Amino acid sequence: MQLLHLFVNGEEHAVAAPGQRTLLEALRYDLMLTGSKQGCDKGDCGACTVLVRPRGDSGFRGEPILACITLAADAQDLEITTIEGLAGPLGLDPIQRAFADCGALQCGFCQPGMMLSARALLDKCDKPTLPQIQEALSGNLCRCTGYTKIYEAVEVAAGLRTPSSRAPVQSERAAASDSKAQTVTEIVP
Amino acid sequence: MMTLPPLEVLRPGSVAEAVEALRAHPGARVLAGGTDLVPNLKYGMYDTRHLVALRGLSKELRYVREEGGLRLGALCTIDQLAENDLLKARTPALAEACGQIAGPQLRRMGTLGGNLCLDTRCVYINQSYFWRSALGFCLKKDGTLCHVVAGGKRCVAAASNDTAPALLALDAGVRLVSPRGERVVPLREFYLPDGLHNTVLQPDELLVEVRIPPAAFGKKQAFMKLRTRAAIDFPALNLAVALETEGAVVKSISLAVGALAARPVLIKGIDDLVGRPADARFAEELGRRAQKQCRPLTNISVDPDWRRDLLPVLVRRLVLRALA
Repeated sequence: MQLLHLFVNGEEHAVAAPGQRTLLEALRYDLMLTGSKQGCDKGDCGACTVLVRPRGDSGFRGEPILACITLAADAQDLEITTIEGLAGPLGLDPIQRAFADCGALQCGFCQPGMMLSARALLDKCDKPTLPQIQEALSGNLCRCTGYTKIYEAVEVAAGLRTPSSRAPVQSERAAASDSKAQTVTEIVP
Repeated sequence: MMTLPPLEVLRPGSVAEAVEALRAHPGARVLAGGTDLVPNLKYGMYDTRHLVALRGLSKELRYVREEGGLRLGALCTIDQLAENDLLKARTPALAEACGQIAGPQLRRMGTLGGNLCLDTRCVYINQSYFWRSALGFCLKKDGTLCHVVAGGKRCVAAASNDTAPALLALDAGVRLVSPRGERVVPLREFYLPDGLHNTVLQPDELLVEVRIPPAAFGKKQAFMKLRTRAAIDFPALNLAVALETEGAVVKSISLAVGALAARPVLIKGIDDLVGRPADARFAEELGRRAQKQCRPLTNISVDPDWRRDLLPVLVRRLVLRALA
């Protein structure tokens, strides 16, 4: 056993874990952050995706990696954002709002990973094309939706269109953080 | 849920310390990006209790330098190489190969050295311990039978690395370091036809650098990968070609094919095609020759007959793309 220091969602945590503890196991079973999902557990499905950046970096939350095949000990020099840390003090992230408004989920298992991969994309590129969205999400498998509404949700979050459903689910009132998703009405095919 | 076996992770701070750790712990495995090693450990494919993690070496071994040819540090990540402008300009086949490996997260984690040293894959080995035990295990681990080749005495698990055919076609070499010193091995001599351990890498040896000769830069080259999905999947076939032409005539040909058996192959016996016009007929003929030398097996869960039928088609498209 060793004492690991993990910096997750803006907080430092100390975790006692054996050398073979994966980051995903540390998140889920030591820190009880069960939003990161254990799907295939061997690096295929992307359900365990978290965002990481070197400690001390500011600005964007980082790049998506797979927590199930990362050793927890190797994540100590990183700042980690899990799905629990995606919403800010002002409410849901625009990505989260857009996924809800577009109905971009069914069972929901892939969603934490999808939304984090989408966040990383929009942090780097605020007006992505459809191929760019498809490429950015190509490491996340969804077995329910057929991806159409997921891609749509990313476009909605980027302010490129409005949800296509005729009676969109009205999520809670727009907070400051997601005004972009709510106010843009222009539809780009 | 699959858990890792108990492990002690060693964290050397230099290449010398790393190879010393490998020497001191026989059977220890090298952990770089972990995208291949960690799932394989979860499958119980290795008996080791020691990992030598190279994370501390990433500053030292993460470079792309133009020095005569190209020198690539073994810990360059796959996405770093896929995006690298120097690679795109000088060795587009390698940049394309890197861009088509797995998915974005895996490309960010995986390394060049790790891809070249990727363990061979087979539908009968990349399974849980329980799954394998139900079948009485196989040649590669814990068993004595090959389920792919009846009566087979040599493991035919497939070399599934995408950078290998590209670097083979470009006639690259690799620099290997051990406690006894270092050596540079041409990639065409690096792979062995045995799926149990398909490289000449000694247990205490570390691949630290890939060297691409300057002659590769002027060649017309392309990479192509056959797979079920356009992302995440390992190759059902992967191919790379590097051609030298003079005017409209072929001057040299190098064609490599992977995802067949334990090592990626360079297609042989094509020297008589040198001097032919570089056109569609040449591409067709090269495809026919390649098909004769490649025998897809059931080690990959994509129909081997279909893969065999498709091979000449892919070679033709690949060559025409390289020439375009």
